Amino acid sequence: MFNQAYASSTLPLQGSDIAVQWDSLYSFVLWLSIFFFVLVVGAMLYYMVKYRHIPGRKTEYFRDNHLLEGIFIGVPTALLMIIFVWGYSVYHSMKQAPSDAYEVRVIGKQWLWTFQYDNGRTTVGEVFVPMNRPVKLVMTSEDVLHGFFIPNFRIKQDVVPGMYTSIWFTATVPGKHQAYCTEYCGTSHSGMLAKVVVLDDDQWEAWNNNKKLGNIPEAGLLTSTDKISTSAASPMAPVFSLVEQGRVIHESKGCVACHTVDGTVKVGPSHKGMYGSKVELTNGKFVVADENFIRNHIENPKSETLKGYSQVMPTFKGLITEVEMNALIAYMKSLK
Amino acid sequence: MTYHSTGVTGAVEAPTGDNYLNHSRGIWSWMTTLDHKRIGVMYLFTVLLFFLVGGFFAMGIRLELMKLGKEVLDANTYNRFFTYHGAIMVFLVIIPAVPAALGNFILPILLGAKDVAFPRLNLASYYIFLVGATFAVAALFLRGADTGWTFYTPYSIRTNTTVILVLFGAFIAGFSSILTGLNFIVTTHKLRAPGLTWDRLPLFCWAVYATSIIQVLATPVLAITLLLLCMERILHIGIFDPALGGDPVLFQHFFWFYSHPAVYIMILPAMGIISEVIPVFSRKPIFGYKAIAYSSFGIALIAFVVWGHHMFVSGQSELANFVFSLLTMFVAVPTGVKVFSWVGTMYKGSIHYYAPMLYALGFLELFTIGGLTGVFLATLAIDVHLTGTYFVVAHFHYVMVGGTLMGLMAGLHYWFPKMTGKMYSEKSAARAFWLIIIGFNLTFFPQFILGAQGMPRRYWSYLPEFTFLNRVSSVGSWFIGLGFIYAAIYFYKAMKNGKKAGANPWGGLTLEWQTSSPPPFENFHETPVVKAWPYEYRPENITMPVNQG
Repeated sequence: MFNQAYASSTLPLQGSDIAVQWDSLYSFVLWLSIFFFVLVVGAMLYYMVKYRHIPGRKTEYFRDNHLLEGIFIGVPTALLMIIFVWGYSVYHSMKQAPSDAYEVRVIGKQWLWTFQYDNGRTTVGEVFVPMNRPVKLVMTSEDVLHGFFIPNFRIKQDVVPGMYTSIWFTATVPGKHQAYCTEYCGTSHSGMLAKVVVLDDDQWEAWNNNKKLGNIPEAGLLTSTDKISTSAASPMAPVFSLVEQGRVIHESKGCVACHTVDGTVKVGPSHKGMYGSKVELTNGKFVVADENFIRNHIENPKSETLKGYSQVMPTFKGLITEVEMNALIAYMKSLK
Repeated sequence: MTYHSTGVTGAVEAPTGDNYLNHSRGIWSWMTTLDHKRIGVMYLFTVLLFFLVGGFFAMGIRLELMKLGKEVLDANTYNRFFTYHGAIMVFLVIIPAVPAALGNFILPILLGAKDVAFPRLNLASYYIFLVGATFAVAALFLRGADTGWTFYTPYSIRTNTTVILVLFGAFIAGFSSILTGLNFIVTTHKLRAPGLTWDRLPLFCWAVYATSIIQVLATPVLAITLLLLCMERILHIGIFDPALGGDPVLFQHFFWFYSHPAVYIMILPAMGIISEVIPVFSRKPIFGYKAIAYSSFGIALIAFVVWGHHMFVSGQSELANFVFSLLTMFVAVPTGVKVFSWVGTMYKGSIHYYAPMLYALGFLELFTIGGLTGVFLATLAIDVHLTGTYFVVAHFHYVMVGGTLMGLMAGLHYWFPKMTGKMYSEKSAARAFWLIIIGFNLTFFPQFILGAQGMPRRYWSYLPEFTFLNRVSSVGSWFIGLGFIYAAIYFYKAMKNGKKAGANPWGGLTLEWQTSSPPPFENFHETPVVKAWPYEYRPENITMPVNQG
C-alpha cells in the first residue's frame, strides 16, 4: 500500500522539488552527527573501560595540547561553515517564488483554514493545487498566530495577523498531503489541520471547470481507479472571479471616490499600475507597493504617505474582512 | 590535616564540632539567616519542590499522549499542563537550580570566602524568588494559563486565563536572578582567598561568573517585555497585538533576546559542575583548562546575538535569518571544545565510577546528542521543516534535562557529603541513575523521529501514525519519574542516618574539600592560602580516600 520510501524512512514522503534537496542536506548533517556522536561517545566508552581505576596503575599528567585544541576549534568551524552555506542555499530557493507561480490566498483563524482562488472559489480545510507547477500561498490570520506546515514538502511558515507571509512549492506527487498548524493557537490547535490536494493535469482542468472530482487518495498511496466525474458541477461553483469580487468591493467601500483605475489622479493616486511598482513616500524613501504595503495603507493610512499627496485617507481597519482584503488586492494587482 | 600537594594551607577538621547546620537552631534562624550555605540549601529545597510540581505536569502530558484524543485531560487542561510544565521548569527550576542553589552553597567556599559579598541582598533574592514563584503558582488555582511558557502574542493578550499572574511572577523572579548574578560577580572579584588568582580559579567559578554576567545583562529585557505585555493586557495599549496596532513579531524578538541567553544561564553552570567532577573522578588534571574557561565566555558572548534563530519561520527577513543562522553556528565551536576537553580529561586517567561521575558521563552522552541536533536546527533550510515540531522538543530536553539536570544531579551527589556531612548509598544512586538515563533516552529519542516525520509540538491529539512512538515516549517517562522518586528516597535516608562523610570523601583538590563536612559557620577554620592550581592530580597522588556508604 505505502510508497516504499515512506515506509522505510524516518522522514515523510518526498512530495516536492524542495523535499529532494532538503533530504540530501538533512542526510549530510545526520551522517556527520552520527560520526561525531560515535567519535565522542565511542571515545568516552573506550576510555571508561581502558582507563578504569585499577589499584596501582599510574595516570599520566598532562594539562593541555595546543595542537589538539586548535583541531577542536578548526575542524568543527570548517564543517559548520559548509553546513551553513548549504543550508542557506536551500533556504534561499525555498524563499524565491517564481513570478508565474499560481497563487492561493490562505486565511487562518481559530481553528480552521480558508483558501481563496483566482476564479473566485473559496474552500475550507482543503486547498486544491496543480501538480508540477509552482504554487505560492499568500497567508494571513484573522486572530492569533498560526503556522502552515506541509511535512511532505518540507516547508513551513508562520501565519501572522495584520500582515502577509508566503511560502511556495512545486508539488511532484499527486493526492492529498497533510498540513498542520504549527504555531500554538489555543484549545483546538491540534485540530487545526488541512489537506493540500495536488491534482494532476486532468483533475486540475476538471476542478477549474467546476466539475466534480472523484475520490482523491492520500499522497503516497496507490492512485485510486476512480475516474473524474464530469456530470455535475461543483456545489462551490463561483459566481464571480476574485478580481471581479475585488472590483465590486473597490466601488462599494468607496475607494473609487478618491482613487481612479484609469491612471488619472483624483484626491489620491490612481490604482492603475500601482501594484508592484516603486512608490516614493513623503520621507523620500522608495518602497515597492506589494500586498503588505497596500494592506498597511488601507488599515493604517497615516503611517506612510505617498509623496505629492496629503494625508486625508481615513482608516478602513475593521471595515474590510480578510476575505474582502484578498479580493481587493487581487483586483489592484489586475489593474496593469 | 593539610593537603600540601594542592598547595592549600589551613586546618580541615573543626576543633569544636561547630558547623553551619548546628551553629544556630530553630526555623527562625533559617528564615533570617545570612549564611550563603543555608540560603543555598533553602533554594535547593524550594527548587526541588517545584521540580516535583513541574514533573507532575510532565507526567500528565505524557499520560494524555498515550493515545489519540482524550485519555485523561481535555484539550484546555492539556494546554494548561504544558504551560505550567514549561514555565515552572524553566523559571523556577532550571534557571535557579545550579547557580542559585548549588552556586550559593559552593561558590564562596570554592573562592575561600566567608560568605558572598552582599549576604543581606542574597537573602532578599531568595524571598523575591519566593514571592515571584507564589504569584506564578497562584495562577494555577485561579483560571490558570494556557499560552505555553513563551507567552506568544497576540494569543497571550486575548486568552481569558490568568496569564497576568504568571507574567508578574516571572517578572519578580527575574529580579532575584539579577541580584544573585550581581552578588556572584562582586564576590568573585573581591573575595577570593589569598593566592587564588584568576588562572587558579576552579572552572565552576568561571562558569558561574559567565552565567552571572548573562543574568545581569539579559534579565532586565525580560522584565521590560513582560511589563509591556501586562500594560497591553490591562491598559490595551497597542504594542504587540495587531488589532491594537501592535506587532506580534516584535514580542518574539524581545522574548528571545532574554530567553536565548537564558538557555545559557541554564547550561553554563551545569557545564561548570562537569568540569569539576570529571578530573576528580579520573584522577587527572582537567584537559584544556584555559580553553574551557574561555569557552564559557565565548558562549556567553554569542548568546546575545543568536536570538533570531528561534524565529526562522516567523516572517523575519531573509537577511536576518542569514545572519542569525551564521552566528548560531559559532555556538557549536566553544561547546565542542568543552565536550572534547572533558573526554580528553579521561584519557590515561584512573576512572572511579561513583554517582557524580556516572551523571557526568550521562551528561556527555545526552548533551552530545542535544548539541548535535542543535546544528540541525541552526541550519536554515533544515530548521524550516523541523521547527515547531517534536524534534525541537526532543532537542531542548536533551540539552536542558540531559545537560542541566544531569549536571545538577552530578553536583548534588558530588557535594551532598559536603552539604550534609553524610554519605548517600552509592548502590541506590547507581540504580536511580540507570532508571533515569534509560528512561530519558526512551522518552525523548523517539521524539526526534516524531518531529522529523512532522508531528507538531503542543498538540493535544495526533494522527494515528504517530501512536507507537508516542507510547514508547510515555512509557519512558515513567522510568524517569521512578528514578527521581528513588533518588528522593535514598537522599532522605542518607540525610537521616547516612554514614558520616569525612572532609574530603572524593579526594578533591578544590577548596571546599579542605574544610570539614559540613563546613563551619564561616566556611574555614583559618583563612586558606592557595598556592597551586586546583587540578594538580599527579600520578603519585591518585589514591582516592574513599569513604563510601
